[in-house]
Amino acid sequence: MLSFVRNLREKIAKTKNSFVGKLAETIRLRGKVDEELMEELEDILLKTDTGVEMTTLIIDKLRDEIKVKKLTEAEAVQDTLQNIMSDILLTDYAETEDFYSEKASKPYVIFFLGVNGVGKTTTIGKVASRFRQSGKSVLIIAGDTFRAAAIEQLEIWADRAGASIIKSQQGADPSSVVFDGVQSALKKGYDIVLIDTAGRQHNKANLMQELSKMIRTIKKVIPAAPHETLLVLDATTGQNAVSQAKTFHEIANLTGLVLSKLDGTSKGGIILNIRHSLGIPVKLIGIGEQIEDLQSFDPVSFVEAMFTTEQTE
Amino acid sequence: MFNSLSERLDKIFKNIRGKGFLTEQNIKDTMREIRLALLEADVNFRIVKNFIIEVEKRCLGVEVQKSLTPGQQLVKIVHEQLISLMDTGGFELKVYDNKLTTIMLVGLQGSGKTTACAKLGSFYRKKKIKPMLVACDVYRPAAIHQLQVLGKQLDIPVVATEDKDVIKIAATALKEAEKDFTNLLIFDTAGRLHIDEVMMDEVAKLKAFIKPDYIFFVADAMTGQAAVTVAQEFYNKLAFDAVILTKLDGDARGGAALSIKAVTDRPIAFVGLGEKTSDLEVFYPDRMASRILGMGDVLSLIEKAEEAFDEKEAEKLTRKMMKNQFTLNDFLNQLQSIKKMGPLDSILKMIPGLAPKLPKDFNLDNNALIHVEAIIQSMTNKEREKPEILNGSRRLRISRGCGRSVTEVNRLLRQFEDMKKMMKKMSSGQMPKGMPNMPF
Ligand SMILES: Nc1nc2c(ncn2[C@@H]2O[C@H](COP(=O)(O)OP(=O)(O)OP(=O)(O)O)[C@@H](O)[C@H]2O)c(=O)[nH]1
Ligand SMILES: Nc1nc2c(ncn2[C@@H]2O[C@H](COP(=O)(O)OP(=O)(O)OP(=O)(O)O)[C@@H](O)[C@H]2O)c(=O)[nH]1
Ligand SMILES: [Mg+2]
Ligand SMILES: [Mg+2]
Repeated sequence: MLSFVRNLREKIAKTKNSFVGKLAETIRLRGKVDEELMEELEDILLKTDTGVEMTTLIIDKLRDEIKVKKLTEAEAVQDTLQNIMSDILLTDYAETEDFYSEKASKPYVIFFLGVNGVGKTTTIGKVASRFRQSGKSVLIIAGDTFRAAAIEQLEIWADRAGASIIKSQQGADPSSVVFDGVQSALKKGYDIVLIDTAGRQHNKANLMQELSKMIRTIKKVIPAAPHETLLVLDATTGQNAVSQAKTFHEIANLTGLVLSKLDGTSKGGIILNIRHSLGIPVKLIGIGEQIEDLQSFDPVSFVEAMFTTEQTE
Repeated sequence: MFNSLSERLDKIFKNIRGKGFLTEQNIKDTMREIRLALLEADVNFRIVKNFIIEVEKRCLGVEVQKSLTPGQQLVKIVHEQLISLMDTGGFELKVYDNKLTTIMLVGLQGSGKTTACAKLGSFYRKKKIKPMLVACDVYRPAAIHQLQVLGKQLDIPVVATEDKDVIKIAATALKEAEKDFTNLLIFDTAGRLHIDEVMMDEVAKLKAFIKPDYIFFVADAMTGQAAVTVAQEFYNKLAFDAVILTKLDGDARGGAALSIKAVTDRPIAFVGLGEKTSDLEVFYPDRMASRILGMGDVLSLIEKAEEAFDEKEAEKLTRKMMKNQFTLNDFLNQLQSIKKMGPLDSILKMIPGLAPKLPKDFNLDNNALIHVEAIIQSMTNKEREKPEILNGSRRLRISRGCGRSVTEVNRLLRQFEDMKKMMKKMSSGQMPKGMPNMPF
């Protein structure tokens, strides 16, 4: 369970000094539960991009529990706070389900979307590699026909992962390559289909329509697909992530999130709001630019990592 | 004029209207709202704290102007304070048409460096400067290819070698630039984390070798609280000269702009407003301040309108409207001006206060505009000037010509007549009850 935290720790410790539990430190210094402690906790949450709304909600819950359980020890407050937060992330989520488990349908279609530069293409490379390692045949569809060298980038990832790729030219209609790709996957009996899409800002109506057209196209070939629709979010993103999730969810009915770039100093606290208000769970996290830098999401260690920080700060 | 923040503030002041002075309690309530607005915009929480202390000082004892509501008055103070924090008096990149200037772009992964290289190249070439791009990202798959494609699109030369050592690539580029009489050499670098010592050392070495005239830190407008740490670390290592804030065409409020300026005191030079190589603009602190406060991009809207509409034309048009001589030709001209401003829904969303009031699934059919245009274009000039001659057979011909149904043609003509009637009423001083339906 702690492997995620440890992994992050090692990654960052490699370049910087060791971690100090910020919360633990705050609590050690304070020792007792008072208004100032609550304020400091609030600051820690704000700092991790949890956002005012969620921070208030979490701190209010914490106050209630402190009262009900008559907590006086700062350490008990820490446990309670972390439990409240991981509960938010856990609710209704069948974490027992492994992202790479045996799939009921063949091909199993996973559709990736998100704003520009968040890590969609890289994540597809990583996911493809995982499925290949477990012996699945993987077809990647180059649905980003817009960005310069997007297809070439994806080809390199497909090659690294040992997956096949279906592509067209830059400027081609993305729906038509998706159509060709899904049909070919069906015909050739691929286990897994991963569809890349061009990055787009969610406030651009025409680009969002292009996305729904792609989904309709997939459904024409396989009505139950896409079986998984993943929004890739950059952990560095602030409150705008909520607006991204909302709009993409309306258009594409998201089944999960991929939180990328967690190897930086951002903690991705924004997913608490998204989980709470939209019910979308995080499924995978990206922790680097290499093919193996992808992990399953674990709420408990995620929350724990939110309270650790570099010494320099 | 101001939107939700000032509305919320007005609520606080409802009870004290007439007193004319801000009291301690209502200032406190106000500061809570302002804090909220800034945090929602992703301004770093520590910077928000300092900001509030400053603004609070400025607010105490301020007399509320009669012309404004207290809420607006306070928003004005906050707005001014934000502008003054971000205003560095502009940033000037000095380039010459007779010698070489070198620029290096740095930043986190995916922030928009490669795109910004192409944008800068295209921006300065318009100013008769000869640019060249250098592909110094040897890590990201197809990064070099990406820069080459962009260079080819713009017809700007790109230096790319097989080297894995960025210093070697840079050396080649400097030689090429000299041979080619290039005036502006723009170095793209790989995205890197501020805590990745190996990669930060690499770019520091590259800097030492190139000795660039300018280093730009490219940051994503969506960046959250970490903007301060990231900018600080890049600044410590590279002492960059200015910032390019990208992806402002999205709907992020962009509080990172304030955070980055606050910790590095470097100006924001340019903003990225889209994926196309032409989507680069200089930075205006007043617009950014409005955006951070969620006040809508009023100024951009005004400027876009000014760009799209010819003033003399507009005057002529107004006169025609007053005299009720407005024709379908004038209408077509207007449509085309509006189209120049960009997609209709994005124009509407720039109007302050309107965006939150639009229905959630608000979606303006930009095609409707195109259809109306097609219908008018299928008419003869005489028909456009004198729509009353449009009988059934003419309407049928038009419908065939533009591929829209006769019903649509009829609807457009009816709506055009309604519009003219309303113009007549307005010009004779009567206020119409409601706007007629516009044809789009
Ligand atoms: N540090 C770090 N970098 C990442 C991670 N995931 C992706 N990146 C980097 O982020 C940059 C953008 O990644 P892409 O995969 O091209 O992102 P994208 O969403 O496909 O981008 P567009 O297609 O342009 O919208 C690249 O430099 C990646 O190497 C991650 O988990 N950690
Ligand atoms: N909407 C929008 N997209 C942008 C803007 N600038 C860049 N992009 C997009 O953001 C994504 C990443 O841009 P790149 O230029 O590849 O970013 P980079 O910093 O070079 O990325 P790495 O080299 O991987 O670190 C691409 O999809 C670009 O098209 C902008 O101003 N607005
Ligand atoms: Mg991509
Ligand atoms: Mg790049």
